[in-house]
Amino acid sequence: MADRQLPERQSPERQLPERLSPLEPVYHPGSHGNFEHGVDVILSETRPGSILQLAAWPGEEKRLIDAIRKVTGLALPDGAGGGISNGGRAAFGFAPGKFTVVDEAEGLAAAFAGVVTPAIGTLTDLSHGRTAIRIAGPKAEWVLAKFFAIDFALPAFPLGAGRSTNHHDVFAQIQRSGADQFDIYVFRSFARSFWKALCHASEEVGYEVH
Amino acid sequence: MLITCPYCGPRDVIEFTYQGDGNRTRPQPASQDLDAWNAYVYDRLNPAGDHNEIWQHSGGCRAHLRIVRNTLTHEILSTAFARGGHKSAGHKAGGNQ
Ligand SMILES: [Zn+2]
Repeated sequence: MADRQLPERQSPERQLPERLSPLEPVYHPGSHGNFEHGVDVILSETRPGSILQLAAWPGEEKRLIDAIRKVTGLALPDGAGGGISNGGRAAFGFAPGKFTVVDEAEGLAAAFAGVVTPAIGTLTDLSHGRTAIRIAGPKAEWVLAKFFAIDFALPAFPLGAGRSTNHHDVFAQIQRSGADQFDIYVFRSFARSFWKALCHASEEVGYEVH
Repeated sequence: MLITCPYCGPRDVIEFTYQGDGNRTRPQPASQDLDAWNAYVYDRLNPAGDHNEIWQHSGGCRAHLRIVRNTLTHEILSTAFARGGHKSAGHKAGGNQ
């Protein structure tokens, strides 16, 4: 299907395709489920402009972490699953020598050009390949514990930390971005299915979609 | 059954994939030593006890792991990265607090 307006929307220096949410047909803002006694979780799609995956060659982890700190300004901690989130930007380790870096603005990949050199590692722009879903509220841990067999309690899963796990073969990277708030990154092609399951699981506690 | 991934910490066995006997030595790809290839493909110690195994944390960090498992009790005696070199190896809780 040709979109005749497309060439006019594109400027020579900026030709990023318009991004559509895979959740759009099932994204229903408002209160749902058992909310008469209170809304205990809030679900939203955060739609960050940049979602990057960075991987260090063996022995280059420290240099990659330094590069992420320099480009993002985030004090990314070293150590398995270490991470940090400051609202607009976030970074966390999800595997040995591998990191997810997120920015609410587009174009973060370009900022890494020349910093993450081929000698250090690789950069993969997944901005169009992942969907970011946020769950927040006093029952966020409760709802997520129904999906993932990991410990969501604050001492085991500290603020900023990242975890790699999966739900029914849907890979998920989870970052704790608040005391009772988690950001979940799933494959875009599975995002609608995961979102619907998350809504069903949230019905019992009452949920609001923002 | 829990396996403690050196990166992710304790996880359910469902997140892991068995990759085979960890005692095998693969001949050089160009090797024409048929006995060596035969041993690589078929010979197994099959112990009733501690066994060296290769696993992958396929449902998590996807790292390949060298694991010692007791085949009688399923006790996991040790886990380590199959390939060394990563400095941030030991499991810490992580975070920026
Ligand atoms: Zn792992």
